[in-house]
Amino acid sequence: MSAEIQSTSLPMAPVRHAVRRHWDENLLAWLIAAITLLPLAVVLVSLLQPQTDIWAHLTAFVLPDLLLNTVWLLLGVGVGSLLLGVSLAWLTAIYDFPGRKHFGWALALPLAMPAYVLAFVQIGLYDFTGPLQTLIRELWGDSRWVPAIRSRAGVILTLTLALYPYVYLLARNAFQTQGRRALEAAASLGLSRRQGFWRVALPMARPWLVGGVTLALMECLADFGTVATFNYDTFTTAIYKAWFSLFNLTAASQLASLLVLAVLVLALLEQHVRGDKRYTSAGRLSQMRPERLRGWRAALAVCACLLVLGLAFLIPLVQLLWWAQSVAAEQLDLRYFGFIGRSLLLSAGAAGLVVLIALALAYAVRRKSGLGVRLAARLATLGYAVPGTVLAVGVFIPIAWLDNRLIETVRTLGWGEPTQLIKGTLAVMLLAYIARFLAVAFEPTQSAMQRITASQEEAAASMGLGRRAVLRRIHLPMLRGGLFTAALMVFVDVMKEMPITLMTRPFGWDTLSVRVFEMTSEGQWEMAALPAVAIVLAGLIPVILLALHTEKQA
Amino acid sequence: MSASLLNLDQVEVGYGDKTVLRDLSFALAPGEIGCLLGPSGCGKTTALRAIAGFETIRAGRIRLNGDVIAGADGHWPPQRRGIGMVFQDYALFPHLTVAGNVGFGLGALDKGARAAKVAELLEVVGLAAHANDYTHALSGGQQQRVALARALAPEPRLLLLDEPFSNLDVELRERLSQEVRDILKARGMTALLVTHDQHEAFALADRIGVMDGGQLRQWDRAYALYHEPADRFVADFVGEGAFLPATVIAPGELSFELGQGPYLATQEGRPGQTLQVLLRPDDVLHDDHSALQARVVKKAFRGAQFLYTLALPSGATVLSLVPSHHDHAIGELIGIRLEIDHLIAFS
Repeated sequence: MSAEIQSTSLPMAPVRHAVRRHWDENLLAWLIAAITLLPLAVVLVSLLQPQTDIWAHLTAFVLPDLLLNTVWLLLGVGVGSLLLGVSLAWLTAIYDFPGRKHFGWALALPLAMPAYVLAFVQIGLYDFTGPLQTLIRELWGDSRWVPAIRSRAGVILTLTLALYPYVYLLARNAFQTQGRRALEAAASLGLSRRQGFWRVALPMARPWLVGGVTLALMECLADFGTVATFNYDTFTTAIYKAWFSLFNLTAASQLASLLVLAVLVLALLEQHVRGDKRYTSAGRLSQMRPERLRGWRAALAVCACLLVLGLAFLIPLVQLLWWAQSVAAEQLDLRYFGFIGRSLLLSAGAAGLVVLIALALAYAVRRKSGLGVRLAARLATLGYAVPGTVLAVGVFIPIAWLDNRLIETVRTLGWGEPTQLIKGTLAVMLLAYIARFLAVAFEPTQSAMQRITASQEEAAASMGLGRRAVLRRIHLPMLRGGLFTAALMVFVDVMKEMPITLMTRPFGWDTLSVRVFEMTSEGQWEMAALPAVAIVLAGLIPVILLALHTEKQA
Repeated sequence: MSASLLNLDQVEVGYGDKTVLRDLSFALAPGEIGCLLGPSGCGKTTALRAIAGFETIRAGRIRLNGDVIAGADGHWPPQRRGIGMVFQDYALFPHLTVAGNVGFGLGALDKGARAAKVAELLEVVGLAAHANDYTHALSGGQQQRVALARALAPEPRLLLLDEPFSNLDVELRERLSQEVRDILKARGMTALLVTHDQHEAFALADRIGVMDGGQLRQWDRAYALYHEPADRFVADFVGEGAFLPATVIAPGELSFELGQGPYLATQEGRPGQTLQVLLRPDDVLHDDHSALQARVVKKAFRGAQFLYTLALPSGATVLSLVPSHHDHAIGELIGIRLEIDHLIAFS
């Protein structure tokens, strides 16, 4: 990206530079894509070289349970989040009832609470020693009839409550933007509102619904903290155990490769269900006012929203704050500020790094919109679908290999006797973060970039600005908002991230989420609450921004 | 008025303390094509949506085939009214094929009858070959025809068209509006159209209502709107023209720079009062032998004709449409004469 290379889209661009520029940006994009592709390749290659003894052990003792657990989890959370998300979205998009406007954004609040935080709060609330069962025992003397929260149903319920907002937000968007005009058309053809829902709004929203459910299921597959808290073995926990308890890197990467296959199957399934139909909205936004609910119908609507919001966010939050304040006096010490400090440092550093790379990638795509660059960008942003446990394994293995080569070289040169060079640094963790969160930063960066039109660039060029000046005086100022959003999203995601941090952190780099994991695995809910509150507070930022954004649109 | 199919009686629509539509009354006979014409924000789309049932009316009454579909006693939901609608943006269902869209409102028919109906309508709009395409694969004009076929399929009692051609380019617009008129007339369909484009209104409608500020100014045939506008707004909005000062010389008679004669007016003027008389460009003819001379101030080439702006000796200007082989230079004096059935004057 040197200044003397001119864009061919500018007037009088020297043609002879085109070839070289083309190559530059292709190389850049593919280098970025390699950060995601290399770990994936490493993990997948292990699938091709099965070690028979490990496979025998896995298929006999581990895999059947893992598969069964995973399938149940996907099925339960898929159906649950679809039902919850679609019905709440329809309710708040089409009907009017007291508090509708506030429920509209508040129902997305559970996104602020990572599933692993919700998990330990739910267990604390509804387990045998929790306040609910204690109260029941005080009233009736016996609480053994209450269904156990530490169960398959409990995990499914918890993850559904944590992940339904993905379906809710997308479905609501679909209903609001294209359901209404289409519903009018359906009404003019003789359909009632209920018929319109089943025959028009729902089928038209299908790509959004499929997208939302896929997001929820991807999160489900990637989830480590929740299933670990519930002792519900899935691939992510199995990878972690193979890595830390058995120190078996090969088994870990074999399991990781199976998890990648599961993700792949899910992605293909989405493509298939979505079909080849292109969905554009039927007509522009129309200002049809929502139908007013009265009497018991309105009361029912309010109750439904309150129930979900209470179970998924308000009650857990109150419980969390209660625990946090009960231990604040003894726990709010230097150690705690150390967790916060490292979390902030890591999140900010990763955010800056990821946004920089996302900007480079978006710029490369814009400059050279060829197939090669677009493919590279597509592959580079795949990482968001890849579970953190997989990336941790996939980044660690090649780095460890490289480290060993370097150590050998150092030894043969007689420069010293190091035991590790790159392995024990932040590099592994940061690379895994980049691979996982590049998509998060790339989306807002690219959409901001797309808002700069070619003619705006050409206008600047016609006024004599060089390529670097265009970047500085047109691109960066216009991109500021998008880059800020991108950085904020990555910041919060890294703050909440658990498996990568847990598996690849250098010695002493305990963050808030690591602390939450350690305390929950010992069943110390109160101690876990304090760091969890800080994570939830950070998680609230993007949800509030999202709410403000949707309010502005409405 | 019992013979009319659609009848609006002093209809009022408003939101909060804002009245969007007031005192709207007009009627459409069966098989007639009506049009509400007016600038944007005049309330014409609101009127259409009130008839369709997407807006509730605050006062007045809407009757369809004798049934009161909206009024003090209640408000039929849109799906019960049996009114078809072609939306401005077509609102086609993207998850259905062309045939699926057209057959959408035919739930009451059995499979065979539905397929036959869909085939018939696709034949009518000339899209039989596209039955299994998805709508986004079609051009704008084709999408428009799918929307028309879809609205016609359930055989509605009335068809509403909301700016049906505004998303199309000009040439296509003219061709399609003729096609649509032919289709509607062939089926004996009663229709009401909303547009801001007078050419579209003239091409399609039997009766046109000019609206402004939420009120209907005139409900009439195109010829009458042009040559006998009810008020100054209609005279300005429909067609081109110039106003010349005139003096009332006797009851029903006035005199102005180019002559004198009987006139029509909304209010009777007193002798001696000054009025404005409307002259359309086709009222002022070019005649080399005429003693009346006017100076060419501006000229606009319109293909078959020139539209000249001519200054009279007093300095007032009139417009004149002249066959384009009469090419006069600006500043030149040319002879003109009036050919006019009756004078229209406004105060």
